[in-house]
Amino acid sequence: MRRAVMCDGITKWFGAGDTKVQALRGLNLEIAMGELAMLVGPSGCGKTTLISIIAGLLDPSEGDMEVLGTRPAALTPKERILFRRRNLGFVFQQFNLLPTLTAAENVAVPLFVAGAERRHAVEQASGLLDELGLGGRLSHRPSDLSGGQQQRVAIARALIHDPRLIVCDEPTSALDAQTGHRVMELFSRVAVRPDRALVVVTHDSRIFEFADTITHMEDGRAVGVERGRPGRTGPDEVPSLEGTLRPVMGRRS
Amino acid sequence: METIFPEAGGGSGDSRIEFPVSGPKERTSAGAMNWLALRMLTGDRAKYAALIFAISFSSFLITQQASIFAGLMNRTRSQILDVTDADIWVMDPATQYVDEVYALKDTDLDRVRGVPGVRWAVPFFKGQARAKAPDGQFRLGILLGLDDASLAGAPEPRRMIVGSIESLRDPDAVLIDEAGYHFFFPGAPLRPGKTFEMNDHRAKVAGIVDASPPFATFPVFYTRYSLAMNYVGRERKLLSFVLVKTGPGATAHDLARRIESATGLKALTGGDFGWMTIRYYLTHTGIPINFGLTVVIAMIVGTVVAGMTFYLFTLENLKQFGALKAMGASNPRLVGMILLQAILVGAVGFSVGMGLSATFFLVARTDATRGIVMLWQAMAGTGGVVILIVLMASLLSIRKVLVLEPAMVFRG
Repeated sequence: MRRAVMCDGITKWFGAGDTKVQALRGLNLEIAMGELAMLVGPSGCGKTTLISIIAGLLDPSEGDMEVLGTRPAALTPKERILFRRRNLGFVFQQFNLLPTLTAAENVAVPLFVAGAERRHAVEQASGLLDELGLGGRLSHRPSDLSGGQQQRVAIARALIHDPRLIVCDEPTSALDAQTGHRVMELFSRVAVRPDRALVVVTHDSRIFEFADTITHMEDGRAVGVERGRPGRTGPDEVPSLEGTLRPVMGRRS
Repeated sequence: METIFPEAGGGSGDSRIEFPVSGPKERTSAGAMNWLALRMLTGDRAKYAALIFAISFSSFLITQQASIFAGLMNRTRSQILDVTDADIWVMDPATQYVDEVYALKDTDLDRVRGVPGVRWAVPFFKGQARAKAPDGQFRLGILLGLDDASLAGAPEPRRMIVGSIESLRDPDAVLIDEAGYHFFFPGAPLRPGKTFEMNDHRAKVAGIVDASPPFATFPVFYTRYSLAMNYVGRERKLLSFVLVKTGPGATAHDLARRIESATGLKALTGGDFGWMTIRYYLTHTGIPINFGLTVVIAMIVGTVVAGMTFYLFTLENLKQFGALKAMGASNPRLVGMILLQAILVGAVGFSVGMGLSATFFLVARTDATRGIVMLWQAMAGTGGVVILIVLMASLLSIRKVLVLEPAMVFRG
């Protein structure tokens, strides 16, 4: 089983002195390639901090981490930016689409960031949107799209540069149940591949069925992992262990 | 693509990740990101318009006020500028500016002529006379008396609109500037022959001249020195200035110093006398303070409005900048985007401001405002100020984006 993410005893503090807050407390986690991994837990349990660290947007205060076989701590800041640019895709809770760009242009943004020529990037983005059923909305601005359509545009944006790891923050929380379900159906269909991993932070229990693993978090720790979903034909390495909740063994406990 | 394979750090052997090496220069084209920056800016029409308005308003006010100020200051030395055939002006030592003179003795002319290096020296009268048109209209005017023999000190021949300088040799002959002619003979065609009174003496228009407009927009009259004496009546001394031409082998400044030491009078080149006059107006009137205040206010308003609007624009796009950072946009690239936005705003605002300013000077062109034009120096200076304004306006935004943590995109 190829490993996409490995967190070993990750700890994160914010602030200092009396205002010091510990968001993660020696967290251990493994996510395999080809897996759609969900991180769930109550507000303030450290989910957002964890995906920020996995995505290389925050540094852990302590612990060891490996993402796609690379230790972010060993990279220079510039290398880390380039690593993120090439290997990571993002889906945000509020979509974070640029309101002044069309759907196709929004999808092309990661290619712009990577230095692609604009026209080719937009053509490529248009093709992907077409595949995602938004071929008729290429020239629409985000304000002219429904919430579900906006999130599909955001998903296309996360996929356009073919990243190896996609990080999603509450992708369905701004959508109604039916739309959220449809978006996740589409997402799991087009995004899950053996050479890619997806990390989804969510509160929405209605989309748990799409997860290969569900990591439960509490108070800055991973307290258990639930594995598998029925009928999922995901990566062969990931066994279906529906309904089993097993504690994650702490490496540094 | 060149690749590196960072330390596996416990990962499985075949999960090596490719990504571009960071070289001395980032191997990406800025074209699409620059386009993105401009789309972000121009997409928000209201803020874009507010930014353009702020810069245009500042540019217009600064250029317009600076040009008017420079034009007014230039007017104070207009009679000096119009004398092109003499190099040096000799005057009473206490003279502070061209409009207030204490007359010299007639013998001073001969003393100046006796200084080695003087090619020629002639008398020059500058005073005021009350002119009255046949229909009863009257005004004070600036009366300039030229040497009877040489007519030295006359305006250049190319500035004669009607008639010639030689026509001053006719009886009662006076050259009048165009604005004065329009005042005394409204609607009349520009033609010599009209008569009027000058201090109760007959004067006849021998020609119309394009004289530089004086500071107080008085009409300007040129006549012979002897006739000027006749017009202004009898005072013991009437010689306002001695105009001097430098002889071969001498420089004007050296000769001026020699005249001063030989006669005890003040001798200045035309250029120095002009600046002395401007300095007098700068230090003895409220003109520079008034105009300077307007320019400073225009700069402050422009900077504050543009800065605040630009900052608000950046704040509203902070999530987007954060998302770009998360996706791998570097700080220098984001700073470049902000600077590009600022430069575009500055360029468009400056252009609109210059257009407004040019329109103003075109529409406001009358006899009273002649000589006051939009100066390229004012435009260039305004351009510099606009660059300063947009740089200051973008500083806050740049700082905000530089300290922005990309992780903020995950916070609701």
